[in-house]
Amino acid sequence: MTHPTELPPKSELGVVGWARKNLFSTWYNALLTLVVSYLVISSAIPLFKWLFLEATFTGETASDCSGEGACWLFISQRLNFFIYGFYPDTLQWRIDIMFGLLALAFVPQFIERFPGRKWFGLFGVTGLPIIGYILIPGGWFGLEEVPSNKWGGLMLTLILAYVGILAALPIGTVLALGRRSEMPIIRGICVVFIEVWRAVPLITVLFMASVMLPLFLPEGVSFEKLMRALIGITLWQSAYMAEVVRGGLQAIPRGQYEAASALGLGYWRKMGLIVLPQALTLVIPGIVNTFISLFKDTTLVLIIGLFDILGAVQSTVTDPAWQNVAIEGYVFVAFCFWIFCFGMSRYSQNLERKLDTGHRT
Amino acid sequence: MNDSDTPPATAQRRPWNDPKVRSLAFQIIAILAVGWAGWSLLQNTFENMESRGISTGFGFLDESAGFGIIMSLIPYDATMSYGRTFWVGLLNTLLVSAMGVVAATIIGFIVGIARLSSNWVVAKLALVFVETIRNIPLLLQIFFWYFAVLRNLPSTRQSVDVGGVFFLNNRGLYLPEPLTESGFGWVLASLAIAVALVVGIKRWARKRQLKTGQLFPTFRVSLAILIALPGLAFLITGTPLTWELAELKGFNFVGGITIIPELAALWFALSIYTASFIAEIVRSGILAVSKGQTEAAQALGLQPGTIMRLVVIPQAMRVIVPPLTSQYLNLVKNSSLATAIGYPDLVGVFMGTTLNQTGQAVEVVAITMAVYLTISLLISLLMNIYNRKVALQER
Repeated sequence: MTHPTELPPKSELGVVGWARKNLFSTWYNALLTLVVSYLVISSAIPLFKWLFLEATFTGETASDCSGEGACWLFISQRLNFFIYGFYPDTLQWRIDIMFGLLALAFVPQFIERFPGRKWFGLFGVTGLPIIGYILIPGGWFGLEEVPSNKWGGLMLTLILAYVGILAALPIGTVLALGRRSEMPIIRGICVVFIEVWRAVPLITVLFMASVMLPLFLPEGVSFEKLMRALIGITLWQSAYMAEVVRGGLQAIPRGQYEAASALGLGYWRKMGLIVLPQALTLVIPGIVNTFISLFKDTTLVLIIGLFDILGAVQSTVTDPAWQNVAIEGYVFVAFCFWIFCFGMSRYSQNLERKLDTGHRT
Repeated sequence: MNDSDTPPATAQRRPWNDPKVRSLAFQIIAILAVGWAGWSLLQNTFENMESRGISTGFGFLDESAGFGIIMSLIPYDATMSYGRTFWVGLLNTLLVSAMGVVAATIIGFIVGIARLSSNWVVAKLALVFVETIRNIPLLLQIFFWYFAVLRNLPSTRQSVDVGGVFFLNNRGLYLPEPLTESGFGWVLASLAIAVALVVGIKRWARKRQLKTGQLFPTFRVSLAILIALPGLAFLITGTPLTWELAELKGFNFVGGITIIPELAALWFALSIYTASFIAEIVRSGILAVSKGQTEAAQALGLQPGTIMRLVVIPQAMRVIVPPLTSQYLNLVKNSSLATAIGYPDLVGVFMGTTLNQTGQAVEVVAITMAVYLTISLLISLLMNIYNRKVALQER
């Protein structure tokens, strides 16, 4: 017996059908659609006008801004400061190289079929920091030295976040192993360390690093402000990293541990050869997520007087030469952060979907 | 085969190959290392403090502070002690945290449910909200609200006037202040009685339902009791509550409750930022309830509202509560960003001004960290208790 092949009624098909189903399914849904659409459109149009149509893009000084729309001129005039801080103009090629290498290492990670993208990633976590350590401060191989109080802007934000996460990863891994150790005292020390750092806000950590660290150190040993902030950020971040890695360690089935022991491997070889490689692969999305939050949190360094990108913008919006450019400045910073964070969160979501093999215990 | 002839392996084991001896040795080394590090840190600190002429001890808490604070929930003036500044700061931190937790939870749940709405426009709007807000640093959002929005409000003379009751200008939001007169205690007492009655009725109704299957309109009856009893007491005692409105006198508003712009900016930014994370938690929690549960409830003939209330939400809460706890903790910690815009919270007042004036960094930082540690532990404890209540009762 065959059924007559009839198309669904016209009202279920095409744009009309879609709108019926998703916008006007009931009377209150229809009302909601209309009200919300009206609100969105009525606020989007002035915003669009302010952002683009009436905005000023070209010119030289503040007087070129019409005052109606956004004054993007302010951003383009100060862009150099927002990206490099006080880094000398003639030496900025070094930073440009670092930006290029950073892109080279991480853009392939977003392209699935890029040949050898693993190696690019590996370069990103090993070679890149070494080159950066030589190139950015200078003072080696005849490179002119640039003291760290001249660094600033986007470049400083990236340095803080990158160094923070990279240094926190090994410390965090050791702490996570310690927390899962069978030795009660080691476990206790690790638990206290992790929980204390996780309980306090980053601001207190930064305050402590800038005010108290000099007191802790023996006479004659001192660090620059940036280094102190980095030490604080790294210690704070390693506690979070430890919890992420611990999640990975817990997700490895018991059989893996037992099989490694059955093969006669000692603790370090068992962890290093069997457990950690699996656990760390599993937690890459988690690491990326921690990186995103650290990246956003690096803005706090402006409170202890470092000029990251937000600090750079904040210090210029009060410039009397430019009137009322605070919103333009904030929109610019927000846009920079949004691009980075949104990109990374998409990447980690994709990875999560790929790693989710469905047979986790 | 006879294995018993071969001596047990442990007999030949050298002490340094024995896992027990090894673990003991490792732990002793760890204790010594941590102890040595702590001791040398202390030693360095004391030496450094001595060479810089910084006094030690908690005596400074009783000294007069000598600086003003723009907002305090308890009476405070510059002649009071540094110890008092601690309490002012702590209360301000707790105030903005509590306000933030409430607002973030409400906005977060609304947006999270809107993300799952069948209405395309609403769902997409919620998505855009979440993806925009959570990818922008909180400090930037605080700056935006404070410097770009609230500072650009009209001045005192051109205040935004809402029916002569609320006033909004660049010095803050002015609300009417409730003033209680004698007899208000009776109203509070009757409210307490009403609450006790409602709890009793709920228990009785539940017992009756279990016994006879009859439903009792608990909600409507409770609502009636909760409104009627205190309302009656309020009228009988002669309306012992008046509202004092803020009034423009000279250059500023006098009377009423003032919400300073620093508090408002911090509150908006904290609640909206945290809400975007809570929304995602709520969404994933609701999605985690399997479809079979909803379908089974439908098959039993339950109404959509009842399904949500009795079947979906209780199960979703199990997934939602643990990450929600950490969001609350984050909110409390993030409230310390107040320092950046000058809201007098614990970090701003105590770790900022007090530390700068006394120079006793170690004591001040230790107290501040201890406070945050206590708050964190308390919140996790409370949420763990709640979590145990909603957790799956497995056989």
